[in-house]
Amino acid sequence: MSELVKSPAIGDESPVPATSAAPEATPKQLTQWGEIRHRFVQNKLAVVGLVIITLLFITAVFGNMFTPYDPGAQDLENTLASPNAAHWMGTDALGRDMFSRLIAGTRVAMFVGLASIFFAVLIGVALGAIAGYFAGFADTLVMRIADVFLAFPLMIGAVVIILVTGRGITPVIISLAVFSWATVSRLLRSSILSVREMDYVHAAKALGASGGRIVRTHILPNSLTPVLVYATFNVGTTIIGVAALSFLGAGVPVDVPEWGNMLAAGQAFIGVHDYLWLYPSAFVVVTVLGFAFVGDGLRDALDPKLR
Amino acid sequence: MLRDNISKQDEGGGVTTSEILSVAETGGGTAVPLLEVDNLQVEFKTRDGVAKAVNGVSYSVSAGETLAVLGESGSGKSVTAQAIMGILDSPPGRIAGGEVRFHGRDILKMSDEERRKLRGDKMAMIFQDALSSLNPVYSVGDQLGEMFRVHRGMSKKDSKAKAIELMDRVKIPAAKARVGDYPHQFSGGMRQRIMIAMALALEPDLIIADEPTTALDVTVQAQVMDLLAELQREMNMGLILITHDLGVVADVADKIAVMYAGRIVETAPVHEIYKRPSHPYTRGLLDSIPRLDQKGQELYAIKGLPPNLLRIPTGCAFSPRCPKVQDICRTEIPVLHPVTEQDGTELPGRGSACHFWKDQIHG
Amino acid sequence: MAELSKTTTEREPILQVRNLVKHFPLTQGILFKKQVGAVKAVDGVSFDLYQGETLGIVGESGCGKSTVAKLLMNLERATAGEVFYKGQDITKLSGRALKAVRRNIQMVFQDPYTSLNPRMTVGDIIGETFEIHPEVAPKGDRRRKVQELLDVVPDLGLYINRYPHQFSGGQRQRIGIARGLALNPEIIICDEPVSALDVSVQAQVINLMEKLQDEFNLSYIFIAHDLSIVRHISDRVGVMYLGKMAEIGTDAQIYDHPTHPYTQALLSAVPVPDPEVRESRERIILTGDVPSPANPPSGCRFRTRCWKAQDKCSTEEPLLAVPERFKGQDTLAAHDSACHFAEEKAILAV
Repeated sequence: MSELVKSPAIGDESPVPATSAAPEATPKQLTQWGEIRHRFVQNKLAVVGLVIITLLFITAVFGNMFTPYDPGAQDLENTLASPNAAHWMGTDALGRDMFSRLIAGTRVAMFVGLASIFFAVLIGVALGAIAGYFAGFADTLVMRIADVFLAFPLMIGAVVIILVTGRGITPVIISLAVFSWATVSRLLRSSILSVREMDYVHAAKALGASGGRIVRTHILPNSLTPVLVYATFNVGTTIIGVAALSFLGAGVPVDVPEWGNMLAAGQAFIGVHDYLWLYPSAFVVVTVLGFAFVGDGLRDALDPKLR
Repeated sequence: MLRDNISKQDEGGGVTTSEILSVAETGGGTAVPLLEVDNLQVEFKTRDGVAKAVNGVSYSVSAGETLAVLGESGSGKSVTAQAIMGILDSPPGRIAGGEVRFHGRDILKMSDEERRKLRGDKMAMIFQDALSSLNPVYSVGDQLGEMFRVHRGMSKKDSKAKAIELMDRVKIPAAKARVGDYPHQFSGGMRQRIMIAMALALEPDLIIADEPTTALDVTVQAQVMDLLAELQREMNMGLILITHDLGVVADVADKIAVMYAGRIVETAPVHEIYKRPSHPYTRGLLDSIPRLDQKGQELYAIKGLPPNLLRIPTGCAFSPRCPKVQDICRTEIPVLHPVTEQDGTELPGRGSACHFWKDQIHG
Repeated sequence: MAELSKTTTEREPILQVRNLVKHFPLTQGILFKKQVGAVKAVDGVSFDLYQGETLGIVGESGCGKSTVAKLLMNLERATAGEVFYKGQDITKLSGRALKAVRRNIQMVFQDPYTSLNPRMTVGDIIGETFEIHPEVAPKGDRRRKVQELLDVVPDLGLYINRYPHQFSGGQRQRIGIARGLALNPEIIICDEPVSALDVSVQAQVINLMEKLQDEFNLSYIFIAHDLSIVRHISDRVGVMYLGKMAEIGTDAQIYDHPTHPYTQALLSAVPVPDPEVRESRERIILTGDVPSPANPPSGCRFRTRCWKAQDKCSTEEPLLAVPERFKGQDTLAAHDSACHFAEEKAILAV
């Protein structure tokens, strides 16, 4: 085959790919990750989001080493102190340092948010893949079950579970995961259904590729993008969910330093000690925005057609 | 630098495309054409830079006349049409210069409100994909009738009668029975007829049809194209047919403009272009189509690829692919020269943007 | 090539298709689905393919030509009928036996934008072929084999590490062709391989395919709706209508001596730029649209649009055979045509 010569009739003089993303026709190539990273960092908001998330992670992991006070320690001499040099964000009704509690709350929020999304994605991807790939009865069955879970409003469903199990971090994670997986599996299923009709899947089949190979190298890599983007977006939403559950009194126990708990405690002082609800709200909002920015940036960066 | 050069040539070239084109239709008369596109330029902002989609296009259409605009993907043929209709996606698109005169008035200077009133009423467009151009949740009767309710203030009952009349006119069988049907209940050919009916509803002066039969089967293509031509004659409209296939429009068009990389490279009355193309791109395009009536040898293939609009080659955009390229082609952008016979006799309506058009048509 | 095609009848076919049928069930129901009908996409199609030839299959959308391609590739399971590759019925094969046959029958797809995995480099796309069939290229040799294949198709050699979206449509289609060639197959099934490409690029790809056919002694089944391109590349041509073969013969038989009214109508409707061809040919404009394959007309499927239709056409299905009146005659009109009233009609001036 190597003795075949290029036909001059067909040979391009300038074989520059028409829509080349790389600066010029150099055969040097960015790796796929390199290209995705390149597209991601061009989106300024996405980078801002990534910085926020990174800071939150660092805070969640190492924050307790730097908190000026024990987040549980009460200082009844010094309750409801406005922000000052000793207590940067003031103290609450029991004299606990707000700043230390918010830092500790970051760990709770990140842990619960990530864990429940992790389990939601785990269940959702497994069931969604079965529904999408095997189609037929399995598909119908999984999707009808998903319908049942989607029919419950998340909050009400979660409250019911927690009423049964009692308050705690684990019940919150489980109840949020149980009511989020259905969306993940629907997303993945519809994405698989469109990808499996792509000609490159047919081409792999025509080459004799096994079912496992087709799923692994062709279907999943091309259908996971929406799930990844959804999951990133939803870490933020889930963190709101945790806070909301705690705020409603159905989340983590009241003594745990958690943003929702702190908001609930602060609502009694609206208009009097606004810092009590302003700071926790700010943490929630910034966190949610951070994940949303990153999700948005990921969506654009992962789409191979959008350059 | 280079850009200045181009526009100077366009302005100072003496004869513009629309002048060349208008010779054919008016025989040198003074009638104002229905539509004149004059040195239109359109750019798209992309992540990688500015894509110059249309680079000084001029053409004109008179009432009752059909102009075919021929080009491959990326030639700027559809973008020009969108700019005329005022439906350009902007951003990222932007009209960077030129005029579009409709009944003598520059519509690019009109307010959005004024232009919106023109659309549908005075100028209408037919798209390639009728299924996605029709709203799936309304019956075709509703959608046809809406034109009359919105633009003419007709009652529901009158507009329905009008809708049936229109469906009859585009030869949809059993129009009265089918007026309540939804778009998906019609076949591809019938849907394209409905699109034509919608475009014609208010008897516009100008119709732009963007690949109106490309999505249809060959046996249906001919029906639809004939219908369009017939209605155009009856209503004395100006028609711009945008296509990538000369064969499809050859029977109905009066004149043709061939586009490449956002410029018109050749204009001619339609029956002349096949026999005597005056631009190497047109020649190559015609030679690369296999023949139906005989089995040919190896096909002629234009080498290379259509240009990247972010990096249009300097000089003549076709020069990297041209078999007859000379040094001047790489540096100087050719203007659209009027084409004459060897003895200098004018060939009305013909123009070629090739430095060596004489060799091309006479050699 | 030309000499070979004249003697096709004396050669052993490499692929024999017999009464191929594919019905797609139409179902209703929420949890338990029940069949309420079937789309008869392919309804009894037979033809032969000979070594080294190109068989063109033309027809309008919905005629079942793309389904035929999928059935031949075993991408869809046939409802009935057989496809014999060198005497072996491949429609019933599965597992290892099917995989072995796939080495010899490959496919080039229509849409160069969806036929390449966007997350794989060109090198990986072609290299995957050897991962699936490791016996074709030993591990250390693969990179070199991929490079060789890319060198066969022009101007791709340098770009082994690029992703599909960095190429134009024509270049992608060549990547698809290189992938189809990787296993050194005998038969390539091409499903509208150039219809998504620009005119100036179509010719490049067609020329490449013809060159490769000569070099590797490939047999093509070339499926398309463009009759001009099919004539250019094919030795024999089959015309399909609504799941059935209407007429089949050599390119001269079909284009210059068509006997089926549908073929005649198709030929008269093809848009051609040459004004002389346009003016000299007869115009037949069919009325109406193609009926739904879920509910095809009885008897002859073309009768609802045919100007020659008579009572017999609605009751009796015409068989694909040499029409009685031309039997034994030494004329190009003597070829298989499924019409009760087959008669010669030269549409294109010869």
